[in-house]
Amino acid sequence: MKEILSGNEAIARGAYEAGVKVACAYPGTPSTEILENTVRYKEIDSSWATNEKVALEVGIGASFVGARSLVTMKHVGVNVAADPLFTLSYTGVNGGLVLVCADDPELHSSQDEQDSRNYAKFVKIPMLEPSDSQECLDFTRLAYEISEKYDTPVMLRTTTRISHSKSVVTFGERIGAVKEPKLERNPAKFVMLPGNARGRHYVVEDRTLQLSKDGVSLPINRVEMRGTKMGVITAGISYQHVREALPEASVLKLGMVHPLPFDLIREFASKVDKLYVVEELDPFIEDQVKAIGIPVIGKEIIPICGELTPGRVRKAFGLPENASSTVEKLPGRPPNMCPGCPHRGVFYTLKQLNAYVSGDIGCYTLGFMPPLSAMDTCVCMGASIGMATGAAKVLPPEERKKVVAVIGDSTFLHTGINGLMDMVYNKGAATVIILDNRITAMTGRQENPGSGHTLMNDPTNEVNFELLCKAIGVKNVRTINPLDLDECRTAIAEEMERPETSVIITDKPCVLIKREGVFKPGAPLQVVDDACAGCRACLKIGCPAIEWIPSSGKKGKAHIDPLLCNGCDVCSQLCKFSAIKEAK
Amino acid sequence: MSDKVTNIVLVGVGGQGILLAAEILSETFMLAGFDVKKSEIHGMSQRGGSVVSHVRYGKEVFSPMVPEGDGDILFGFELMESYRHLSLLKPGGTVVVNDLCIAPPSVLIGQEQYPADMALKIQDLFPDCLLVDGQNLAIQAGNARAANTVLLGAVSKRLDIEEKYWVEAIEKMVPKKALEVNLKAFQMGRGLK
Repeated sequence: MKEILSGNEAIARGAYEAGVKVACAYPGTPSTEILENTVRYKEIDSSWATNEKVALEVGIGASFVGARSLVTMKHVGVNVAADPLFTLSYTGVNGGLVLVCADDPELHSSQDEQDSRNYAKFVKIPMLEPSDSQECLDFTRLAYEISEKYDTPVMLRTTTRISHSKSVVTFGERIGAVKEPKLERNPAKFVMLPGNARGRHYVVEDRTLQLSKDGVSLPINRVEMRGTKMGVITAGISYQHVREALPEASVLKLGMVHPLPFDLIREFASKVDKLYVVEELDPFIEDQVKAIGIPVIGKEIIPICGELTPGRVRKAFGLPENASSTVEKLPGRPPNMCPGCPHRGVFYTLKQLNAYVSGDIGCYTLGFMPPLSAMDTCVCMGASIGMATGAAKVLPPEERKKVVAVIGDSTFLHTGINGLMDMVYNKGAATVIILDNRITAMTGRQENPGSGHTLMNDPTNEVNFELLCKAIGVKNVRTINPLDLDECRTAIAEEMERPETSVIITDKPCVLIKREGVFKPGAPLQVVDDACAGCRACLKIGCPAIEWIPSSGKKGKAHIDPLLCNGCDVCSQLCKFSAIKEAK
Repeated sequence: MSDKVTNIVLVGVGGQGILLAAEILSETFMLAGFDVKKSEIHGMSQRGGSVVSHVRYGKEVFSPMVPEGDGDILFGFELMESYRHLSLLKPGGTVVVNDLCIAPPSVLIGQEQYPADMALKIQDLFPDCLLVDGQNLAIQAGNARAANTVLLGAVSKRLDIEEKYWVEAIEKMVPKKALEVNLKAFQMGRGLK
């Protein structure tokens, strides 16, 4: 059967065909859709973990008792999972374990541009890198074979243009004979206290050497000879750009990017007059090729920042660029919080109160954008509370009051809760706002332990944030309606004054929530033309449903699009002229 | 089958149904026996940001991205976004664009103005430009949200692919309850000169 699949859908299919029993992840663009697709196969137990470290630990547990398991995350998630990952390299596996890591060159939706190939080398485990959806499926299957044959976890690395691109894929069958999980005790292999681990380190080093040798005959590392003038070593999406831009070049296409098949590289280098490496981000292949004494041209011409395109490859090789039109400068179109988003009023209030907002990663990061412009820091998932603790420790008392951490429900459960425990334990004095919109919104509305539903759509335990905060020692916890600006202002101002930790929880759902009955839209509002004085107060919240019409009236007037408005009523609370009313 | 790859660039604003239109295009080309690759960026762009999707088909397609200046058709859902991405199109390329302006945040709050005469400026650079009143035609077909299918119909007329493949793809990708309206919208778009 043939279908057009995205890289992520193909990986899910590959995992199914490989007999995977457990799939676990924390959502993160561009990796998210892998688990959203494994859930289609009832043979796989798919679940969202609270963070990437936990996801990997779940996968490790399943592997150790013999099941094949899949763990997925985005590149920055690997930093969270790094602790168990390094030691997993030493223990090896029982059932095959594949960790999919989705990198984001060009930072389409990420806070940095890290090259996870370095992790494979650092952790000393093999890494495969597919270059289209068919390879996503095939390499996933192969990764399980390698994992079990070499007793190692295997990383499968994708990039945004692989994860979110679609191409034609032919399906295979789910393999029949996967061993059944059962308890087998092997503490010498699975208990990594120093005495055991010392011995395992030798195993790891031998494994890497063996894989490098075997990689020479691995069919996914292949030479495509076309001419002898120019040879290019490449992998992943870069392979496709090279084929597009340099159709005459001979290519060594690497399917396994760690460890490298050095003998194959030597052989290829000897056949061509001039050797290049075309790879995105770091000179990962290039440096290693140079280290074995083979001269090669790479980052001298290939950009180190951002993703490659056929055009950028052409340019690097000095080929003529296509003629194209130039256009005048236009207003930008950045993303924005949705009309009716429960975060908007909170950020408006924080700006009014001149708070120093220690931010986190989620839709609410958009609170940074004008006109709200109410976010001062943002580093990584769960960091806002810890950073607020640090800032409050060193600021003079008057400034200390201004420190407010904001964090979403999913982000709080991810790693924010650790920061809050630390703040309470170490007597930190800052205000923490948990923006609980009942869902992991930014990545596409995934359930989490605060939303009360599993990925398999079963109702489950729902974390009570108020009780949780009290249980870890926060004395001042209050829940507010974020759509009521007076209530927001009173609560936040009072808690900012308090010289100890306090938590404010907001309790309105995401407007895009999929489950019925959670979000209930209100009637759309309209601007009563005669009453609008053109004061622009309503524009300060940056709602996409409110448009400024400069030509209306003497000074201009606001207009509300009834198709976009869902009646959250925040704008009408800002109107001193009572000009915003329910539409008739 | 010639070796030539046909390049289509879809542009618009998050929420306009661009990704579904790109899915239907890809499905159609696969059904018609071509190799197809499609690329897009989503994530933050879902929230009212600019959305671009690339669809390429032919005997064998390598990169999923349309090389700059190599696009055959620019399939636009909004005027300013279409104008913004004209550099992807080859000289003499074809534009099929929805006659619609959606104000970006800086315009909504009165800081900047929506640029004037976008349609004329596009037609100036690319005389082979079809301006489609997608919204009104979609309302006539029975649902304002089917504007993307009206546009798809107009684009389909400019590609040498049998009608049955388009219909088959739409039937596969569009939810059952919206199918009738979408097939009607597609035919209305296909009927445009």
